[in-house]
Amino acid sequence: MGILKWFTRRSQPQLVRLPAGSFTLDKEGRLMTSTLPQSFPQETLLEIGRRVLATFNHAHQAQMPLAELVVHYPTLKVLARELRGGAIVFLMPVR
Amino acid sequence: MSGRPRILLLDDDQDFLELYREMLSTHLPSLPEVRTANSAARALALLESEPFDLLIVDLQMPRMDGLQVLAIARRKYPQLRLMVLTAQRDEQFRTRAYAMGVDQYWLKPESDQEIALLMEAIESLLTRAQEGGFRGVQSKSLVDIIQLECLSQSSCVLKINNGTVEGKIWIQKGEVIDAELPDLTGEAAFQRILSWKAGSFEILPADPSRPRSIFTSYQGLLLNTAQALDEAASLPSPEAVATAEGKVKEVSSTAPLLAELSQLEGVECVLAIDDGKAEFEHYWGLENPKPLAAWARATLQQFRQLGDQLQVGNLTQVVAAGPDRKLALAVCGGTQLCVGFPPSFSTDEVRETMKQVLTKWAS
Repeated sequence: MGILKWFTRRSQPQLVRLPAGSFTLDKEGRLMTSTLPQSFPQETLLEIGRRVLATFNHAHQAQMPLAELVVHYPTLKVLARELRGGAIVFLMPVR
Repeated sequence: MSGRPRILLLDDDQDFLELYREMLSTHLPSLPEVRTANSAARALALLESEPFDLLIVDLQMPRMDGLQVLAIARRKYPQLRLMVLTAQRDEQFRTRAYAMGVDQYWLKPESDQEIALLMEAIESLLTRAQEGGFRGVQSKSLVDIIQLECLSQSSCVLKINNGTVEGKIWIQKGEVIDAELPDLTGEAAFQRILSWKAGSFEILPADPSRPRSIFTSYQGLLLNTAQALDEAASLPSPEAVATAEGKVKEVSSTAPLLAELSQLEGVECVLAIDDGKAEFEHYWGLENPKPLAAWARATLQQFRQLGDQLQVGNLTQVVAAGPDRKLALAVCGGTQLCVGFPPSFSTDEVRETMKQVLTKWAS
């Protein structure tokens, strides 16, 4: 019965919990290191990183280089520091 | 919408849907019409094609989860009441759901008593008027609430939120004794809070230690406020005045406000951009606002979209630090605000000052 149950079990994707941790990106937007759990989708990390790097780059082009960016949402704080064209990004869920 | 209220129930469990459709449509006093959807796509299609009063959503579903549905529903149908009904006990999801504007978050009931409570909550949401007003008590206006509290000689503190701005009104034995906003206190704060047309509030326990700063009776206060609001409403709109050629000309009504903001400690420059239009910009303390305006607009767009994607609620604020300046970005009503601070200002100081900026702007 166990094997039948395995076959009939519906796939139940997990709701993605917001993790706490950090990751680094190079200036091309490639993921270099991450302390976030592997269950957190890498595409989401890259998406966050892409937006962070775009913001740093846009500011640089506007002659106002930035060293740090803090984005506040009601349930999440994103802190990013510029690292030679790349960035280190901290995700901090707000409790 | 008239007649029977309409509920859309979304869950991937067909048995659950059948059970709850039967229960809601026959046991609720308002005898609602209940439609069901077993996938997010089906629910969104139904929302697109038919009007509903209440959407009840499970969180854990295949392909598109409940948080994603809620984000879309909140954006596309702001008047729709939203309820989460889930087995998910993780507090983070409850917090995120409320941050996204959900009206109620319920765990799936496990006893008759819990079912009865859930039914009461659903009925209450359905009977609540669909018009604006203050959430917290059956869409009463603030004036109604204050009158009720004062007439019943009660003592309490009303905490009122309008967007990111928080105000408080202290009521002691049926009299309004004080009011407070981040940048105002006393009668001025009271009047400004009452000018808010929508928001949310909660009633906190009384604070007898609060010193009294308002000595006008509550009837006098409400009368003064009503007069002030009437006078403000009867003035021609300062935003746009029709010119002789029939075109609409923008009047620089924001100039005094920008000057007022510049008086706040640490504020070096202010840029106000109309949300959605490229050409409407007001600024103070900037020689060439164009590059900053372009960056601010793009940055807010980037992170508002990211907030939607991550389902973490609406973007509150962005603070950026460079060697020459700290910049804070926020959206207030239909305006994107970008405020510059000296680099020595701490991030906390920037956030606190931005609260004052937003209060002034919202008022």
